[in-house]
Amino acid sequence: MRTLYKLTWVEIKLFIREPMTVVFTLALPIIFLFVMGGVFGNTPEPSIYRGVGAMNYYMPSYYGLVMMAIGTVALPLHLAGYRERGILRRFRASSFSIWAVLGSQLLVSVIIAVLGSLLVTVLGFATYRPDTPENIPQLIAAFLLGVACFTAFGFFLGAVLPSTRAAQGIGLILFFVMMILGGAGPPPEVMTGVMSVIGDLTPLRYVILTLQNAWLPGPGFDWHTSASLITAGITVVSALLAARFFRWE
Amino acid sequence: MPPIISVQNLRKTYGKTVAVDDISFEVSKGEIFGFLGPNGAGKTTTVECLQALRNPDSGNISVLGLDPLRQAQELRRRVGSQLQESALPDRIKVWEALDLFASVADDALDWHILLDQWGLAEKRKAGFHSLSGGQKQRLFIALSLVNNPEIVFLDEMTAGLDPAARRVAWDLIRAVRDRGTTVVLVTHFMDEAENLCDRVAIVDKGKIIASDTPRGLIASHATGVRVLFSTDKPDLAFLDKVSGVKNVSRKGDRVEVEGSGPLLALVAAALVEHGIVPADLRVEQPSLEDVFLKVTGHTVGE
Repeated sequence: MRTLYKLTWVEIKLFIREPMTVVFTLALPIIFLFVMGGVFGNTPEPSIYRGVGAMNYYMPSYYGLVMMAIGTVALPLHLAGYRERGILRRFRASSFSIWAVLGSQLLVSVIIAVLGSLLVTVLGFATYRPDTPENIPQLIAAFLLGVACFTAFGFFLGAVLPSTRAAQGIGLILFFVMMILGGAGPPPEVMTGVMSVIGDLTPLRYVILTLQNAWLPGPGFDWHTSASLITAGITVVSALLAARFFRWE
Repeated sequence: MPPIISVQNLRKTYGKTVAVDDISFEVSKGEIFGFLGPNGAGKTTTVECLQALRNPDSGNISVLGLDPLRQAQELRRRVGSQLQESALPDRIKVWEALDLFASVADDALDWHILLDQWGLAEKRKAGFHSLSGGQKQRLFIALSLVNNPEIVFLDEMTAGLDPAARRVAWDLIRAVRDRGTTVVLVTHFMDEAENLCDRVAIVDKGKIIASDTPRGLIASHATGVRVLFSTDKPDLAFLDKVSGVKNVSRKGDRVEVEGSGPLLALVAAALVEHGIVPADLRVEQPSLEDVFLKVTGHTVGE
């Protein structure tokens, strides 16, 4: 437990000191917030954005974006780099358990996701006046589910990607495909058939749907059972694959 | 007292390459035990098996009475480890690494003392990536000691250290032993093995070829003495008749006389008698290097 606590604290500091991960997890969502908010504002238009204002649509989406950046860029890069450079081996030789190593990453993911989402929340409400979340307990549940999903997904990528280079390449492709087609980019209603199909194949789609339905008011936005179950399924499968393929060296 | 490490018939292969081929040895509590051999001899593989970092193909290992296959975590917690190839996160600070690695043990050492001892006090807030090779190496040694281990494994610990730092490191490791920690050392430096180790095992091609105290190895394997000097006189046949001389060889002006007994005095007397007074006359006592050459048939670099 003492190692888990110390390692978590060190890893938070390392996260903040690494420009690549800070840019993708904390800065990019805010840049998008201002670009999309500046372009679309928050006036509802029935044909796009699920019929709600753009900012009402994007606030929960950007929570998902923060989590997704952790799962596709930060965690895979971190874990693959640790293994490639012998850091995991060094940890293991000093009796760090797999639970301390991955547990600290899980805790860091939760903390960074909360931090990134708080930034989005504060800046979003300060500038574009979205509606406040309709159902806070559901939003918290959706949030934790989303973090769990992308942490497990990041563990999976970090376990199977053999090197830092591979993690950078694959991670960035997944990041941009998911961001643009998975629900944090243009409104889904304007995408072509192929784009929608690809978007539907990304975990981000379901994380965002679950978050949005908890946030948005009205009859069409009850707890999204199917999206949350798919998210949970991706979480379990990713975690099992990560456990199956995890290597110390 | 039973040995603190006991290994019988250890064998480890990587594909068709035999890294460790039937090695057996014991290490007693409180000694500095060294594996000496060239790169690829199987030294690192052997100590990694002892630390439960590799699984042997066959053989029995007992470390602190523990089985590395079944009690890996407890074993790793009670030993210290400086690995030949490893790293830390680029941006972790020196003090953060020590504080983190101290957290695995209930009775960890005060890492501030280690910072001072290993010359890292000024670098305590420096990131790992900004350290020089020698500083990184000293940090890794400090990390291997911070959990107050019962046995510490040091794999090429002075690689990358300058000569002054090496001597300091040797003194510090002796002090670690004197406090009761057993030290297992892997090295390809003859002087390190000879100066630091209480006992040395010479490893070559996956086998232990000889094992004893450095003095014992020299006494039993290398009895010869060499006398060296320079002269431009062509005829040195008289040296063959000097008592104890076994062989005389020369390369240009450089002459090497091999033999045993009080060779220097006898050779010097014979030289003076024949009007040769070399300024650079000197004697070389046999060293571990000679032992190594004799038992393996090659030098450590070959």
